[in-house]
Amino acid sequence: MGLFIEVQVAPEASSKPAVVKKLVEVCPVNIFGEREDGGLDIIESNVDECTLCELCLDATEPGAVRVIKLYDQGQALERSA
Amino acid sequence: MRFYEFESKALLAKQGLPLPAVSRVAGTPAEAGAIAREIAGPVVLKSQVLTGGRMKAGGVLFADSPDECESAAEKILKLEINGHAPRGVLVEGRAPVAQEYYAGVIYDVLAKLPVMIFSDMGGIDIEEVAEKHPQHIAKLHFSTILPPSDFRAKELVSSLGISGSELNRLTRIVAQLARSFTQYSLTLAEINPLARLEDGSFICLDAHVDMEAEARDRQQAILEELGIGPDETRQARPPTPFEIRGAQIDAVDHRGVAGNVVEFDGDLGLVIGAGGGSLTLFDAIRRHGGKPANYCEIGGNPSVSKTCELTKLILSKTGVRKIAVMMNVVSNTRVDIVARGVIKGVIESGYDPAHKIAIFRIPGSWEQDGFKILSKYGVEYCDRSVSMFDAAGRAVAKMQQA
Repeated sequence: MGLFIEVQVAPEASSKPAVVKKLVEVCPVNIFGEREDGGLDIIESNVDECTLCELCLDATEPGAVRVIKLYDQGQALERSA
Repeated sequence: MRFYEFESKALLAKQGLPLPAVSRVAGTPAEAGAIAREIAGPVVLKSQVLTGGRMKAGGVLFADSPDECESAAEKILKLEINGHAPRGVLVEGRAPVAQEYYAGVIYDVLAKLPVMIFSDMGGIDIEEVAEKHPQHIAKLHFSTILPPSDFRAKELVSSLGISGSELNRLTRIVAQLARSFTQYSLTLAEINPLARLEDGSFICLDAHVDMEAEARDRQQAILEELGIGPDETRQARPPTPFEIRGAQIDAVDHRGVAGNVVEFDGDLGLVIGAGGGSLTLFDAIRRHGGKPANYCEIGGNPSVSKTCELTKLILSKTGVRKIAVMMNVVSNTRVDIVARGVIKGVIESGYDPAHKIAIFRIPGSWEQDGFKILSKYGVEYCDRSVSMFDAAGRAVAKMQQA
């Protein structure tokens, strides 16, 4: 979790190699990394760089990713199922 | 970006401007003596320093023989002028001068055009001529889009009553100087004195050019040709460790700009920028009686980490009590991203943003999110309804209260 932004990825999405690769590909500020076992790594040092572009939301199934603005009473960007 | 005289002359020679037949830099007295032997006549020796006042300081000497030249070179090479050690000594033949003129090109920031300046009183400061003998000075603006024409140069020179072959020869020189100015991205191109010799020919006895620092990439070829390396900043003084660190922060991340840091001795740190906003805000702080600790430029949407590191650098400077974060109205920089970076930098420096940030005045893209961030941390902020001048005033007032 960053100072301003928190990114949450549902466990069922973060364990799918195809979803992980997609998240790594679309994020312009490198918040997502791929672990050696193919799982998802959230790179905490980059989380506050989030530009709120929502590309991660567009690249995944509804409900898979939530981007939370910690400075705005926890308002979350997410796609509802 | 300043050039030594020998570099200025080498640059002007590329446009065909007339220079002394032998004009070379010596690094030792023996080399200077050898150049004098080649000239086989009276010579002038000039210290190669990036500062003015050479003549008064003893950095320009004359010699009638190679032996005299060696001893003069020894004196000049040991002489520091305004704290500058000479790069070498320029040795040239002394010319029999009949009359001295001045030719220069500078950029007129009010007219937003370059301006050719010509005077039939050379060899002295052009400012002095302008003040005491304004009738001996002529100016003419020219376009940066169309190539500088001989016709305009002729108009300029003839306006001082010069005619005949003198007019034709001077026209060519002034036009070539103007072409050098535009071709090499110069901010100043000056020949003073421009001498008419007894045989009627003209020669550039002294020359001075400054290049726009931002044009270094574009002018890389000529800089390489002149032997000016990328590490040579050519500023009025060497950069301080604070300024070097600022440049490193800017270079580490390609996103946006958070650099061009210049150190001052005040107590109010500045994180400022946007389309001339830095200069305006710096001046506004001073106009209100504030003492800036630094100048800098942010813009082009720097990353959170870049802004954070710049903030930490400014706060680490001895004597900085608060910082003011101010920009013009921004469209290509996000307010919320800058707010995140600055607040993170303050917190990581161990301070409370509410106390350490005197004012945050960046209106524009994503300002609503930015203002929410600032509100959460209790930072005083203002939108575009508060002018940059008034925001600077608020920052200074806070410093006076603290």
